[in-house]
Amino acid sequence: MLGEGILKGLAETARNFAGSFVSAERLTTVEYPEQRIAPIEATRDFPFLVYDGTDPEAGLRCVACQICEKECPPKCIYIVKSTDKKPDYVGKLQIYPARFDIDISVCMSCQICVEVCPFEAIKMDTAFELATTDRFGGLLYDKKELSKSNEHYHAIHPTEAAEVDARLAEEKAKGEAKAKAAAAAALAKAAAPAAATPVPKPAAPAATVPAVKPAEGESKP
Amino acid sequence: MIDKLDQVFVLLTQWVVGFLPAFLQPVAVVVIAVAAILVTFPGLFAICVLLERKGLGRMQNRIGPNRVGPFGLLQPVADGLKSLTKEDLVPLSADAAVHFLAPVFLVVVVFMGYAVLPVGRNMTLVNMDAGLLFYFAMGASTELSVFMAGWSSRNKYSLLGAMRAVAQMISYEVPLLMSSVAVVMITGSLSLNAIVDAQNVYTWGLPHWYIFTPWGFAGFVMFATAATAETNRSPFDLPEGESELVAGYFTEYSGFKFAEFFLGEYVGMLSISGLGATLFLGGWSAPLQVLGFVPSWIWFFGKVMLSMCVFIWLRGTLPRLRQDQLMNFAWKFVLPFTMLNLFVAAAWRFMGDGWLRWVVCSAVLVIAYVVMGRVGMRRKHFGPRSYRYAE
Repeated sequence: MLGEGILKGLAETARNFAGSFVSAERLTTVEYPEQRIAPIEATRDFPFLVYDGTDPEAGLRCVACQICEKECPPKCIYIVKSTDKKPDYVGKLQIYPARFDIDISVCMSCQICVEVCPFEAIKMDTAFELATTDRFGGLLYDKKELSKSNEHYHAIHPTEAAEVDARLAEEKAKGEAKAKAAAAAALAKAAAPAAATPVPKPAAPAATVPAVKPAEGESKP
Repeated sequence: MIDKLDQVFVLLTQWVVGFLPAFLQPVAVVVIAVAAILVTFPGLFAICVLLERKGLGRMQNRIGPNRVGPFGLLQPVADGLKSLTKEDLVPLSADAAVHFLAPVFLVVVVFMGYAVLPVGRNMTLVNMDAGLLFYFAMGASTELSVFMAGWSSRNKYSLLGAMRAVAQMISYEVPLLMSSVAVVMITGSLSLNAIVDAQNVYTWGLPHWYIFTPWGFAGFVMFATAATAETNRSPFDLPEGESELVAGYFTEYSGFKFAEFFLGEYVGMLSISGLGATLFLGGWSAPLQVLGFVPSWIWFFGKVMLSMCVFIWLRGTLPRLRQDQLMNFAWKFVLPFTMLNLFVAAAWRFMGDGWLRWVVCSAVLVIAYVVMGRVGMRRKHFGPRSYRYAE
């Protein structure tokens, strides 16, 4: 009959109205500043730099390779390479970033910097209460503000951080094995100096690498 | 004492006026009454806005505003301050004079309607013999304001909204009048005070409200439908349909002028609720004879607020109609039904007392409702929709 649907609809809204006072699970609203829910693991907003250990200067994983700077679509990353080198987490001497700035007012949270980083040095943070009264300086984060410990990474993205740690440990082990093998080979070589064939092989890649690098360097500025 | 409480506002006015010289007294009475109307109904408007926001929230399983003041009770104050402090923009190509006059005209006209509404016993500002006629004259003038706003803004959304509003309001003006005419036929008077007095009669402690008669009930339903459309309320809020017309005829209004439109809409709703209560729900009379000791104005405002709650409930429930559905409903269902209701009311008047008129009138109305519903829905099929996309 005409009007039946209207009455059914009115009954439904009346049920919602009354129900919202009785059953708490109907109300899905989280009253934010007082109530908070834990962010889901895949949450991400702006990148941060991971460091191992306790010292953000010494333990920073970033080697200032500038891949993220080049890949960043809105160009919000600014890196200045250091002139000296210091040992990284494997113990190898590496360049480190003298400056590493991210303008989070420009960042679009695309996570491309994270995906391209070969050193697992840049990851996405979940902190979202970043409001500031200074919209230029306050939103331009420098290296000190960006550096956060691996423990922090574990706290915000536990699964991902565990995977990354496993991968790094594997790489480190592989590196150590390789170093050990190389040392053994060097020992063997020293013991029997006979073979001189592997000389041209490393020469070929060494020739191509400098050919690419200046080209990229030119396109940057 | 109880009589004093019932007449508290009347006595208060007389007391205040008593201090003035005799030649000023008639003017002072009117000024005080007008001031009371201008304070009470915007106050109710604030309460309604809060009720609406809270109620709609609950209907959608939300909490609603609860940040300003305890339980969000000061939300209307915050809304008002916001509107007052906003910049008042007038488009460069708009007709500035008409653009300015439209909201003023709306508010004035809407408040004029209250002049004839009996708010309580002896509480009518102007006891006009043709009160109902005056009310409808004022109510119909709101269309002019809407069209002024839409036309002067020089904006296609405003104009479309205004066109829709005029088409809709004229279409629903007719059934609104027709359903009220039945009441006039039975009462034999256009005076709203006489209409309330006619309903303020009790048999076995039950009131003689017109809604408790077959023609009165049918008339009330049609009146409520037409009143909803007349005040541009959801589901008939096409003139200001946010999803297609930004804000309809008041798209180009901001700041206090926007607030005036908002005020006009709600005060208009309150006023038409008051008229509906007066015509069908016995105005300020008590629902039971034993409750007659409660002051009359409490009953009037209670009825008005109750119908406001129904307005909000409907808004929370129904989706917006399409323009052709709106027109079809007005001209093919509501209008014929109110016409039939006139004949039923006439039959009721001339069949005399007794059970026969109850049976005959109810049967005619129910059969007509069912048949018209069936005929109207005959070619409608409510299956899954089929979509055809552009190649």
